[in-house]
Amino acid sequence: MTDKLSNAQIAWRAAQDIADGAYVNLGIGFPEMVAKFQPPGREAVFHTENGVLGFGEAPAPGTEDWDLINAGKKAITLKPGAAFFHHADSFAMVRGGHLDVAILGAYQVAENGDLANWSTGPKGVPAVGGAMDLVHGAKRVAVITDHVTKDGKPKLLSTCTLPLTGVGCVTRVYTSLAVIDIENGHFVLREKLPSMSLEELQAVTGATLHIDGPVADLIVPEL
Amino acid sequence: MDKRIASLADAVARIPDGATVMIGGFGGSGAPIELIHALIDRHVVTGHPTGLTVVNNNAGNGHVGLAALIEQGMVAKLICSFPRSADPKVFTDLYLAGGIELELVPQGTLAERIRAGGAGIPAFYTPTSYGTDLAKGKPVEEFEGRPYVRERWLKADFALIKAELGDSYGNLTYRMAARNFNPLMAMAAACTIAQVTRVTEPGGIDPEQVITPGIFVQGIVEVADSQQEEILNRANAHYPEVQA
Repeated sequence: MTDKLSNAQIAWRAAQDIADGAYVNLGIGFPEMVAKFQPPGREAVFHTENGVLGFGEAPAPGTEDWDLINAGKKAITLKPGAAFFHHADSFAMVRGGHLDVAILGAYQVAENGDLANWSTGPKGVPAVGGAMDLVHGAKRVAVITDHVTKDGKPKLLSTCTLPLTGVGCVTRVYTSLAVIDIENGHFVLREKLPSMSLEELQAVTGATLHIDGPVADLIVPEL
Repeated sequence: MDKRIASLADAVARIPDGATVMIGGFGGSGAPIELIHALIDRHVVTGHPTGLTVVNNNAGNGHVGLAALIEQGMVAKLICSFPRSADPKVFTDLYLAGGIELELVPQGTLAERIRAGGAGIPAFYTPTSYGTDLAKGKPVEEFEGRPYVRERWLKADFALIKAELGDSYGNLTYRMAARNFNPLMAMAAACTIAQVTRVTEPGGIDPEQVITPGIFVQGIVEVADSQQEEILNRANAHYPEVQA
């Protein structure tokens, strides 16, 4: 394989699709990075499951207020116009279809939109958090992920083999190699790295990549 | 009417063995750490209560608060969504050794089960967990062409919660994201005890600012300078203090 996008570049690409005025939930960890790359002139309002809309950057070390944290238990700050609410209201926003976009990480995504991102199997202590709620209700559920696992195996598959987070819930996948929509039970290729051939991309993808119209070059800035 | 309780020890004195206890907070924010420690103090002296079922979003962090309650051996079962943290060793070791039961519930379902318990709604349908391992054995029904999973209410004998301002009628406000599960748990328990930063007389809270109306609260106890789990953990604190 030639080159691939860094996590920051995947996050940048996902951020380009967030419209002005969107209400957005970013999953814990890698997806949080998307907030850094909001295009100039657009304003998104970020939601966190533990009861805050409209939070901003992390505070400077030493100025944290531990009553003001995000779902990852990290200290946050507020933007003007922020709001607090309890957990039932927070998940009403999620399941009630009020969020415009949820962006999550993934272990595996299937061509029918199934997502596995909460458990790698029966060993250890199971923990689900809000992942199973977040995949239902947001108008768009997008995944950002490396295209393959650390040992080179496809993460985009015909069927997930790990325990599911949700059934048929993902609508778009931003990977280190491509942008892929999920439509009618198929992966539909929208963008790919110009340095890769379609055959090379298909070889690291665990289900057929369908072509439906032009495939654009996936071009992102150096970050 | 005066729901004030003079001491933390009095506040937790009536929780019996085997009780279901909801404990507010999300991680450390909004966690009633002084009430939890008072419960541990009682156990150190009397050996009770034990065999508790605890409802919380998490499973504790480090060796204070909920983690200390588990470490003390007082918790038989935990109902939570995310039993991981920066330092989840206490729960993890006990769980893997078979010493504590875990009921894992998606976070939004946990919140809604508690809300339903407080609202007198025995069951509800949610899209969450449909088609996953966590929906196994639960009834499914279609509404407007989509499948939903039936979930049951969750109620408790006691709720231990943390709020900011409280008046002697039990009306409560919260501080920032420390609200989280606290108002829901206040509704769902037969007896809710709130630790608050400051107690006022009735009228001391603008009625427009009340988040939890006093009808949901049975007792309040003032803890002016409550501790934060995060800060205790950064100092590697243990509760009760480890004797060298």
